[in-house]
Amino acid sequence: MGNVTGIGASILRKEDLRFITGRGNYVADIKLPGMTFAVFVRSPHAHAKLLGIDATAALAMEGVVAVLTGADMKADNVGGIPCGWGITGKDGLPMKEPPHPAMAYEKVRHVGDPVALVIAETVDLARLAADSVVVDYESLPAVVGVLEALRPGAPAVFEDIPDNLCCDWEIGDRAATDKAFAGAAHVAKISLVNNRLVGNPMEPRAAIAQYERATDRTTLWSTSQFPHVVKLLMGNFVLGIPQHKLRVVAPDVGGGFGVKQFHYAEEAVVTWAARRLGVPVKWVSERSEGFVSDAQGRDHVSEAELALDETGKFLGLRVRTLANMGGYLSTFGPNIPTNLYGPLLAGVYTTPAIYCEVKVVFTNTVPVDAYRGAGRPEATFLLERLVDVAASDMGMDRVAIRRHNMIQTSAYPYQTPVMMEYDSGDPSGCLDRALALGDWDGFAARRAESAKRGKYRGIGLATYVEACGLAPSRIAGRLGARGGLYESATVRVHATGDVTVLIGTHCHGQGHETTFAQIVSDKLGIPADKIEVVFGDTDKVQFGMGTYGSRSLSVGGSALAKSVDKVILKGRKIAAHLLEAGEPDIVFEDGKFSVAGTDRSLRFDEICLAAYIPHNYPLEVLEPGLEEQSFYDPINFTFPGGAHVAEVEIDPDTGTVDLLSYVAVDDIGTVINPMIVAGQLHGGITQGAGQALCESAVYDDASGQLLSGSFMDYAMPRADIMPNMKILTHSTRCTHNDLGVKGCGEVGTIGSPATVINAVVDALSPLGITHVDMPAAPNRIWRLIQAAGLPKAAE
Amino acid sequence: MELKLNVNGRNIKADVPTEMLLVELLRERLGLTGTHIGCDTSQCGACVVHVDGVSVKSCTMLAVAAEGTRVVSIEGLSGPGGGNALHPMQVAFHENHGLQCGFCTPGMIMSAIDFAGRHTAPTEAEVRHWLEGNMCRCTGYQNIVASILAGTAAIHAETSTSSMEAA
Ligand code: FES
Ligand code: FES
Repeated sequence: MGNVTGIGASILRKEDLRFITGRGNYVADIKLPGMTFAVFVRSPHAHAKLLGIDATAALAMEGVVAVLTGADMKADNVGGIPCGWGITGKDGLPMKEPPHPAMAYEKVRHVGDPVALVIAETVDLARLAADSVVVDYESLPAVVGVLEALRPGAPAVFEDIPDNLCCDWEIGDRAATDKAFAGAAHVAKISLVNNRLVGNPMEPRAAIAQYERATDRTTLWSTSQFPHVVKLLMGNFVLGIPQHKLRVVAPDVGGGFGVKQFHYAEEAVVTWAARRLGVPVKWVSERSEGFVSDAQGRDHVSEAELALDETGKFLGLRVRTLANMGGYLSTFGPNIPTNLYGPLLAGVYTTPAIYCEVKVVFTNTVPVDAYRGAGRPEATFLLERLVDVAASDMGMDRVAIRRHNMIQTSAYPYQTPVMMEYDSGDPSGCLDRALALGDWDGFAARRAESAKRGKYRGIGLATYVEACGLAPSRIAGRLGARGGLYESATVRVHATGDVTVLIGTHCHGQGHETTFAQIVSDKLGIPADKIEVVFGDTDKVQFGMGTYGSRSLSVGGSALAKSVDKVILKGRKIAAHLLEAGEPDIVFEDGKFSVAGTDRSLRFDEICLAAYIPHNYPLEVLEPGLEEQSFYDPINFTFPGGAHVAEVEIDPDTGTVDLLSYVAVDDIGTVINPMIVAGQLHGGITQGAGQALCESAVYDDASGQLLSGSFMDYAMPRADIMPNMKILTHSTRCTHNDLGVKGCGEVGTIGSPATVINAVVDALSPLGITHVDMPAAPNRIWRLIQAAGLPKAAE
Repeated sequence: MELKLNVNGRNIKADVPTEMLLVELLRERLGLTGTHIGCDTSQCGACVVHVDGVSVKSCTMLAVAAEGTRVVSIEGLSGPGGGNALHPMQVAFHENHGLQCGFCTPGMIMSAIDFAGRHTAPTEAEVRHWLEGNMCRCTGYQNIVASILAGTAAIHAETSTSSMEAA
């Protein structure tokens, strides 16, 4: 009997009702009795000495509760914001890890660095009072770009790190790669910039803290993707609050994309203030404030070379990348352009020798950390652009060169030269289907048709592999993770057979209340509406690492599956007793425990009732009750992969790029809910297309001011930049988790920037253009066309 | 300033500062937190409500400017049967997976209902163009567009049935 709410069913989402009726519960919606409102005073300078703060005028205003500064925090012995990863450089030396005070004192290091917190009875008053705080700065020369930051004599973001170099990191075999280049018939080269992005989940960040004197308990409500980790980091390293006295709640969270997976200074400052003042304190970020305080993404400058033999076989890949860290190390900061980047450079190809070095650099900009895809879109962009360049250099077909170098499906598990062992995949299967779905072969006619209308049409393709399901703790620990990366789930079966799942992942749009219920439904044979999924509250859920790195299903879902299996195991024991049979003879199928080969059986809910009302129960060998917990630590990463195809049309008069079609064929392992998967792909692809076509965080080089600091100047993708995307899955099972799942949260964002830009370059290739940096906005494209079209100046 | 208006069918009298925004009145005074604030430059559309039947960004309107109007926020929607029944546009968002995190959703739905009132048989391009003032970071808009097309069709199917019934 098929289970209509089990694995593979496109059931509608259980969580929708509260959102479509306006009954969601986001942090900004929460009101507490006696609540006060906080506004941060932030640095208008990118780099300055902090000489003094005068809050006299603010404090004189009626209704202002307090003005607190970094010096007050220091006096209270508040620790700095910790970094969760300590990577190691070429020389075997640990990365430079300068202190990150929760509020700046002595020096500010980027525009938006918080210097004071103003707390008042209303938010308007707090804003007014914040405006009246006089901060005395001595401005210093600022450094914005990585190239500039590494130049001798550049301003030092930290005095004791005069070269601004956080870490000089490498992966791969340098000598083997040099040798491969020495024997190459051709070397293809590319220099590129991976533009900085602002993640901009639609819900701005927010934090509310409350201290209850009677119980000595502190509660923080935060827009977080990982409340348990915030509890651990903030409680233990920043504020010294014992873990059993601290509760962190992340209720409904309006999108995350990585931006909300860090322990932010504001969380600690607000919590510290609430404890110090004894009143609840609420802070809600404004959008423009988020632009200068949410960790940003990407920002690489890279050079890469691909060595090929005369047939177009890849012999070696050499990559040099400079990665911007901004003014402080954010929670995962140094991990992103290193461990989540270098090991992905093999892509789906058999390149035998790879060497990559990454200089991780401090600048006077907002800290950079993970943003959807995190390192892997950067690797994919670089590799897939370089492959196109190689094809064009050698006069080879873009598809043919990829096929010629692709890992054969039969070659899995496949060990790459950069650490990863891919467990499963079918890159050529994905490619074939993407080319068919995108009608690659029919493109010439469409190009000719566009040309008739005076437009340049281009088609692009990219393959990718992602390492996600973060992560095997043992490997992560070797790479510098300071925490474990397992997940935990509790399955609480009620006496009636209804189920509550308590899981350590979070959900901020991914539909986990539905997909996790489907896993339980599938295994227990009960409908999904009898299953409730609880997350986001450290008082309710045992522990967990949260949601990021496409880990929720592959790591959290695996923990959940383990717990359900334990429930079934215990159920079998109970059933064996009740049915007077041996345990090995009990089978569990379609929600019923039966004695094999007989018609004697008990329904799941009858077993549950027996577990809680143990009148007839094997009490000598079994405890009553039915609740099981599991912690699951994966043995490997999971490796989703796929092939995407996009088509664009460019208007040479305006430089406008019109994205006409987008096709994605992805191998994400077992699909739990196809409708939700398609939604994740749509969103991910659009974020990647946003990077490719319109988004960019632009700083003024001299002043360090963020020029694209609001939705007025930062071009978010709107509905009309996207075509109707076609999404297909072409899955191979993950071989090392029971569900066979790989993850789908980031794949769209990983594949799409390269795919779209490859199409843009293809459209412009008749003009001799071989690369276009992102975003391919009209201004850039129009200039490129003009420059290409103008006759070369006479020598 | 003293202000009288009708919100979600209820007559409201409130004393508000002149600089108070309509969205603040709804969220802070009336506890209607379904209307969201996603930006400070009137771009995102998370705050869209209806004022006398027309979609308005409530972060861009002073509360006092709503004097004497009928304001409907996401909490005030209901289906043809009233009560707890969902509005056909809410149903369409649910059935077409037109939301993920739900933060943009109230504004999207309010905006979509206004759109539906102006178009009987819209094209996909018209929907995409209409959404210029509503941002969503999660869905890539595809299923929002599908929801609005389905919701618009449902609304018009309903009106034609009820006008047939009336006839
Ligand atoms: S809050 Fe963004 S438009 Fe109103
Ligand atoms: S559903 Fe999250 S912003 Fe639209």
